[in-house]
Amino acid sequence: MKATLDATFSALADPTRRAILARLAKGEATVMELAGPFEMTQSAISQHLKVLEDAALISQRIDGAKRPRRLAKAGIEAMDQWLAMLRKGLEKNYERLDRVLATLNQQKEEPQ
Amino acid sequence: MSKLTLETVGDSNIVVKRRFDATPEFVYRAHTEPKLIQQWMLGPEGWKMPVCINDARPGGKFRYEWTNGKGGGFHITGEFLKLEPFARIVHVERMHLPDATPDNHIETRFDQDGTGTLMTMLMTLPDPKTRAAMLATGIEKGMEASYVRLEGMF
Repeated sequence: MKATLDATFSALADPTRRAILARLAKGEATVMELAGPFEMTQSAISQHLKVLEDAALISQRIDGAKRPRRLAKAGIEAMDQWLAMLRKGLEKNYERLDRVLATLNQQKEEPQ
Repeated sequence: MSKLTLETVGDSNIVVKRRFDATPEFVYRAHTEPKLIQQWMLGPEGWKMPVCINDARPGGKFRYEWTNGKGGGFHITGEFLKLEPFARIVHVERMHLPDATPDNHIETRFDQDGTGTLMTMLMTLPDPKTRAAMLATGIEKGMEASYVRLEGMF
């Protein structure tokens, strides 16, 4: 279990691998499709994909000669986590904004 | 209860919606007046915005600086493109970490919704790669928080 956790953390330590996960969150993609937008060689992308696969963040499907990659359960959970964090940060801001607006509303009702 | 919705749209957009119990005028002002912005646009608990300079007119620039009081900090710079009081703000911004991230183009609308306001923020990143990278930054933050939680457990 610990080995898996370590593998997950080190797999996510690299910005390219995090970006690959974000891309796969939109749907499965082949090595060639991933290499394009990331402006990397297919072999560089393949190395990153191996690290992600070893960490069980992604899996591959066999489709004829193609091997499209997709998010595995742990990868989906990692993506859900960032969405939750982003949402949480914004919600914190807007809860504070609710209070700022309540003060403005109050000032309007009680003109000086 | 979370009134916030956040979703990715198409290849390079992010849409955030939130309703507020105040008029579009107040919500708009809270997005443009530094004294109000500094009270809420603070992110995670413990962060402050000591610098909030903005020139809220078309072509005007802004600079917001955040600090966590423990040596951590970053800033955002940007320009206002359009301001329609109290209905719409269009601006571009980039984060400096310290290297500048690609420009995020943001249209914020404030629509009357009964006695309140529905705010819709449409973010447009230059390309899918940039949006992926921006969202990936969130993974990093999420992982940091996980580390903190893990540390707390042992």
